[in-house]
Amino acid sequence: MWKLIQPRPGNLRLWQLGLLVLLFVFWHVMTRPGLIPPFMFDNDRQAAFFFGEPLKIFERIWAWFVTDADIYQHLWITLAETVMAFGIGAVAGLGGGLWLALSPMASAILEPYIKAFNSMPRIILAPIFAVWFGLGMGSKVALGVTLVFFIVFFNVYQGVKEVSPVVLANARMLGASQKQLLRHVYLPSATSWVFSSLHTSVGLAFVGAVVGEYLGSSQGVGYLILQAEGQFDINTVMAGILVLTTFALVLDAIVGRIEKRLMTWQPKAGETEKL
Amino acid sequence: MSAPAIELKGIACTFVSKDQPGQRYTAVSDVDLTVGAGEFVSVVGPTGCGKSTLLNVAAGLLSPSKGSVKIFGEPLAGINSRAGYMFQAESLMPWRTALANVMAGLQFRGVPEREARTQAEDWLRRVGLGGFGDRYPHQMSGGMRKRASLAQTLVMDPDIILMDEPFSALDIQTRQLMENEVLDLWQSKKKAVLFITHDLDEAIAMSDRVVILSAGPASHPIGEFTIDIERPRDVAEVKTTPRFLELHAAIWGVLREEVLKGYQQQLQKAA
Repeated sequence: MWKLIQPRPGNLRLWQLGLLVLLFVFWHVMTRPGLIPPFMFDNDRQAAFFFGEPLKIFERIWAWFVTDADIYQHLWITLAETVMAFGIGAVAGLGGGLWLALSPMASAILEPYIKAFNSMPRIILAPIFAVWFGLGMGSKVALGVTLVFFIVFFNVYQGVKEVSPVVLANARMLGASQKQLLRHVYLPSATSWVFSSLHTSVGLAFVGAVVGEYLGSSQGVGYLILQAEGQFDINTVMAGILVLTTFALVLDAIVGRIEKRLMTWQPKAGETEKL
Repeated sequence: MSAPAIELKGIACTFVSKDQPGQRYTAVSDVDLTVGAGEFVSVVGPTGCGKSTLLNVAAGLLSPSKGSVKIFGEPLAGINSRAGYMFQAESLMPWRTALANVMAGLQFRGVPEREARTQAEDWLRRVGLGGFGDRYPHQMSGGMRKRASLAQTLVMDPDIILMDEPFSALDIQTRQLMENEVLDLWQSKKKAVLFITHDLDEAIAMSDRVVILSAGPASHPIGEFTIDIERPRDVAEVKTTPRFLELHAAIWGVLREEVLKGYQQQLQKAA
């Protein structure tokens, strides 16, 4: 029997799914009022109050997506904020990184400022952005941009600094002008570093959007969670967290796809053709 | 008489250490070297004697501390646009396919896309990579990458070809094939070639003239041999001819001491 269900590459997904189901079953058993006698709390309702109940959480999610179908606009807002934050942050980081890496003087002057901005806990800027850009999407995008910018910036900076000197000399010998070097050598090299940080930076854009919503907004998934928290509706909070997690996983999978398509030139270890 | 393709006069290169500005290292000094148009000249010498430095000077990638560089009689300023350079290390752009890499130089020059493609495909075929144009460098073997580099350099039709131990990383069979290919291509086009190598066999088998550099620091030419072996040559066959062995013995007699000196210096540095 054990031989049949033993973990192996073939049934990996089943095991992963099984673990998830097990987790929810455990959660359900521990929190369902009246199912087992309370051993940590005074009465059998408290566990459900603090930790939520999986069944009610799924009901909530079902209502969001199917019966009420009112979560789509919130999801859409969060997604739009994430994408905008990533887009603006990445382009600005790419430009800034290229500029500073190619002009040593500017980089020498700005170095302490970059360091200061990077080590600053930038989440703290969210209230200021709310004042500047209002409670709409603008302040969330701005927060996401400050998070994404530095990741991309440092990666591009590193990428340009680490362009192989031989490849560079070769391009110059082949007659590349400064502009052509930028376009055909520095940029491709830098973008490869941007893509290597894509997972982190998209993740941070998402964090920026949700945290921004959570701190003050009128729309978005972060707003839904904030609302529910105000009413001590722990089930809705948990449902929001589950939706956000799934959303982040989907986003990550999409990024993985894009990365795979754009990075065909990068070597993979042990790549062989299947016959 | 036309001006020589490359004329180095009184070249000295002194490097300043980045970490300790007080420390200087003179790689080469008092180097006079000429390469005639259509001539194949090899430079041999012990490791670390500044062979690559000389090549970089001729390429215009490095400006010498002292001395003058003339290319076809014109003083060199900036990159030497009449030269193609084949590097020792990997020099292909990893984000471009073999074809796109060979096309790169033509694109930089502003050759129309379609024409560049035709020429690049033609050169890929000539170096035996006809069907591999869509491969990325990491998908090719070391020998194939060297061929692609060769095509990348030669598609530009340079008047001068600079080669920095281009085949040192290849296995002996591939290497002989490549050497013969380079000789064939050179024979048909008669470019000036400045070839750097530490392999004396390779130098004698391929060149019209072999120049020997002394051990560094401040290395300079200490001998010169004209290789009067008939062309066309086959690099494998030529190595068994009596004239080759004679020349080899003569050059090795000069080189041997320098190699030992260079080796001693490296030992002292390590100690």
